[in-house]
Amino acid sequence: MDLFILTLTIPLVAGILLSFAGERDWAPHINVTASAATFLAAAGLTAEIVANGPRFAFGEQFFIDSMNVFFVALTAFVGMTTAIFSDPYMKNDRSHGKLTPGRLRLYKSMYQFFMCTMLVALTTNNLGILWVAMEAATLTTVLLVSLYRTPASLEAAWKYFILCGVGIAQALFGTILLYFAAERVLGESGTALLWTHLVGVKAFLDPNIMAIAFIFLLVGYGTKVGLAPMHNWLPDAHAEGPTPVSAVLSGLLLNVALYAILRCKVLADGAIDGDFAGDLMIGFGLFTLLAAAFFLGRQRDVKRMFAYSSIEHMGLITFAFGMGGAVGNFAGFLHMTMHSLIKSAIFFAVGHAAQKCGTQNMEDIRGLIRINPLIGWGLMLGTLAILGMPPFGIFASEFMILTHAMKYHPWTTPFLLLGLGVAFAAIFGKVHPMVFGESEAKRLPHAPAITPVFIHLGLALMMGLWIPPYLTRWFHEAARMLG
Amino acid sequence: MSAAIPLHAQLINLFAAVILLLAFAMLAQRRVLQLINLFALQGLTLFLSTLVMAVKIDQMHLYYSAALTLTLKAVLLPWILHRLVRKLHVKNEVEPLINIPTTMLIGLGLVVIAFNVALPISQLSSTIARGTLGIALATVMLAFLMMITRRKAITQVVGFLAMENGLFLAATSATYGMPMVVELGIALDVLVGVIILGVFFFQIRDQFDSLDIHHMEKLKEH
Amino acid sequence: MISLTGLLGQLFAIALALMLAPLLTGWVNQCRAWLQNRSAPPLLQPYYMLHKLFHKDVVLAEGASSLFRAAPFIVFGCMVLACAIIPSLSTDLPFAPAADALALVGVFGLARIFIALAAMDIGTAFGSLGGRREMLVGFLAEPALLMVIFTMAMIAQSTSLATIVETLAHREMIIYPSIAFAGIAFTFVSFAENARVPVDNPATHLELTMIHEAMILEYSGRHLALIEWAASLKLYAYSCLGLALFFPWGIAERDNFLAMSAALPLLFVKLTIGGMLLALLETINAKVRIFRVPEFLGTAFLLAVLGLLVRLLLETRV
Repeated sequence: MDLFILTLTIPLVAGILLSFAGERDWAPHINVTASAATFLAAAGLTAEIVANGPRFAFGEQFFIDSMNVFFVALTAFVGMTTAIFSDPYMKNDRSHGKLTPGRLRLYKSMYQFFMCTMLVALTTNNLGILWVAMEAATLTTVLLVSLYRTPASLEAAWKYFILCGVGIAQALFGTILLYFAAERVLGESGTALLWTHLVGVKAFLDPNIMAIAFIFLLVGYGTKVGLAPMHNWLPDAHAEGPTPVSAVLSGLLLNVALYAILRCKVLADGAIDGDFAGDLMIGFGLFTLLAAAFFLGRQRDVKRMFAYSSIEHMGLITFAFGMGGAVGNFAGFLHMTMHSLIKSAIFFAVGHAAQKCGTQNMEDIRGLIRINPLIGWGLMLGTLAILGMPPFGIFASEFMILTHAMKYHPWTTPFLLLGLGVAFAAIFGKVHPMVFGESEAKRLPHAPAITPVFIHLGLALMMGLWIPPYLTRWFHEAARMLG
Repeated sequence: MSAAIPLHAQLINLFAAVILLLAFAMLAQRRVLQLINLFALQGLTLFLSTLVMAVKIDQMHLYYSAALTLTLKAVLLPWILHRLVRKLHVKNEVEPLINIPTTMLIGLGLVVIAFNVALPISQLSSTIARGTLGIALATVMLAFLMMITRRKAITQVVGFLAMENGLFLAATSATYGMPMVVELGIALDVLVGVIILGVFFFQIRDQFDSLDIHHMEKLKEH
Repeated sequence: MISLTGLLGQLFAIALALMLAPLLTGWVNQCRAWLQNRSAPPLLQPYYMLHKLFHKDVVLAEGASSLFRAAPFIVFGCMVLACAIIPSLSTDLPFAPAADALALVGVFGLARIFIALAAMDIGTAFGSLGGRREMLVGFLAEPALLMVIFTMAMIAQSTSLATIVETLAHREMIIYPSIAFAGIAFTFVSFAENARVPVDNPATHLELTMIHEAMILEYSGRHLALIEWAASLKLYAYSCLGLALFFPWGIAERDNFLAMSAALPLLFVKLTIGGMLLALLETINAKVRIFRVPEFLGTAFLLAVLGLLVRLLLETRV
């Protein structure tokens, strides 16, 4: 059986199954097993692409190359570990009376649908389908954000729906303009939204239309990436939704939205003379980095703070891709991978910590290292990793971004250093007393799943010290495709 | 000069102008139920414009999308919204944040901006309804304005759907419609979105006893 | 080059305006009465009014300046000039080059300023209240009217009324969305400018609501007659302007006697229908509060600007 079709259908079938089965004893196992199977299929698919090169599926509607197969593998992997993590987490929430069986069923089925829409968005060759899948990803997560039905979570979900809805509408307008530009070159054959066809004619697309289209696409998908000033929904949705949802939103959805921008940037770069698209992304990225860094210090809620940290890193990644070039793109891909792994690990640790202490308020979380040394160390190491301490992988990517920026855009260096410095001080200052310090918290009814945290951190550590050669080759190829 | 404009293009231009007018009427409307009716009327106009386009260039997929527009935007969605308003006992006032004449003036400014953005694009268009791209963008922006200046959740949703109308007009007018599979996907997303919103309204009302979003201003930066 | 026929036509048009204007007012009043289930005043009632007022003595308020006495003549003169330059029967008007469509708005503005000044001249509370309200209405209605005229001028590539009418009357049937916008805006403006129902009620002396009547409370005798006549002329002028801009078919061109003789009955028909519609609209609408008048006229302005923008975007070929 085709590994690609398996990758897409496993979460779809699992989602349907879970929504009909309801909350049973074996439902969490289905969730984990399906996620693991998706990961295995994605890993197999990756091996196949690495060996045989890019391929199409379903006619030309889907296209898998070295750039997106890398995201597919990452998404499936984090999807799997999050499913493992969420099993005890959700059971604890249920024991605390925060969730009912009906909502657990909603959570599990929507989680699988969400994975499915993200994988479709990543692998489709049709920019229209990409839009549809992104919108579907929003819709599946809206009800997840409001899972607890508290006033705050409803408000967060409403904001998420409306802001992302507006954003995604802008992206649709951009897509329409893109189609309009492409149709003039490719004709009405129905291929004018297929990326592989568009790349072939990108130099002939009208630069005026492409410039306006790219602005709409960047603002639209940028809303989902969390680029300032359209980032408002992100901290609320992360803070008020269940932690596994925060982990996949931060670790995966933001990546997928950024991936959509990158695909469009390739086309815009081909059509427009000069670095219009790149400069726009540098500007947005830098502004986002600085805005998020200055909001970080004012947070009291731990998940909210790490949500701002995600915004900050997305700004940095956007900046890296904006600079472009072999080094910039390579660093961008590396940083994206590292951020996904580390940020989801942090959310796992934070989720358990908040569950133990019964609050998300940082001033009330103290002495994690005494309550549960593994969670404490997990949070501490994760924080150090996300802040770019060597030897974790983020150090390598941030180092590359900084040196590249110094060389080609020297004026941005002080801003970058300022943003990173402020973020470091803010986060470290708050996490330190949470980990070390006095506390008297009770044991949880279900033992937390710590393994995913350390698997993620271990991978991040490994990639800081030694990136496997096939991965390097893969990053290089993806970076080259971006131009 | 203008004598060269054929009849179907005139009709499409007329419908586009009516859609713009309806967008303004929605901005000025003070009653929720009338607002929904105006939205349905906009959907109907959109259907007529798509139909004229379909008849002219005789492409099957445009007939399908015209039919889709009629069922979804002129009948189904307004019906769902009407039901929601009745079931939730929403008060009939729209409750704007900025007074309505000011909103209209801002809207006028937005139209000027939208037309300016669209002018260079529409000059390149070879389709019969090239000028309507600017109107489509203006409709999107007016709907956006309605979303940010209204207090009620339901008016925000109508704004959201009106935005979708504008986008659809852009798709048909600039490009004879998107490929069928994409259009179906968009329609599905809109429908699912409205159903989710319906569920959501009940949740909001259970929590806040009202659909007024000023209750939902707790999450802010301190 | 002024031809004899042109001059004759011009004089005939002015005379027709003077004779026909009170009749139009009478007709609108009659229709209104029918629609409201009242017994209608005679069609010729405005003429009897004028006749009566011209034979009465003028009573001047204490402290009235010469401005107060001159205002009725100025206002009347302005309206006659307006009627002279609006093509009603023929576009061959020797007076027309004296003022284009923009100057026409200025002529209306001049009349408005004098009547408002005269109202304030006496110093009564009602006078200044009416004057202020009139200026408010004018301040909002004029930009809208100008926008309507700009739209039409863009289509005809000229601000001369005669040229606009000639262009519009002799084009082929094309749907101009911009003209529809402009037409609705123009209707709104004419309601406000002629003190008709949504803005003002010509048949009431209720102090809280009246605008036009408040200004002319102090006038009597032939002064009042002139002002009433001028008001009729204004309604006639606006009707003719509306017909010329939006229904120009049938207005004769230069040196065409046959067309001119056909234009006269056609004008009668158009004015009859127009008067009926005006009465109908007045009946089905309720008067809005004075504070809502800016919104009403703001809508008119909005529509007019939209018409202009739509014209720019949709109907120009580059």
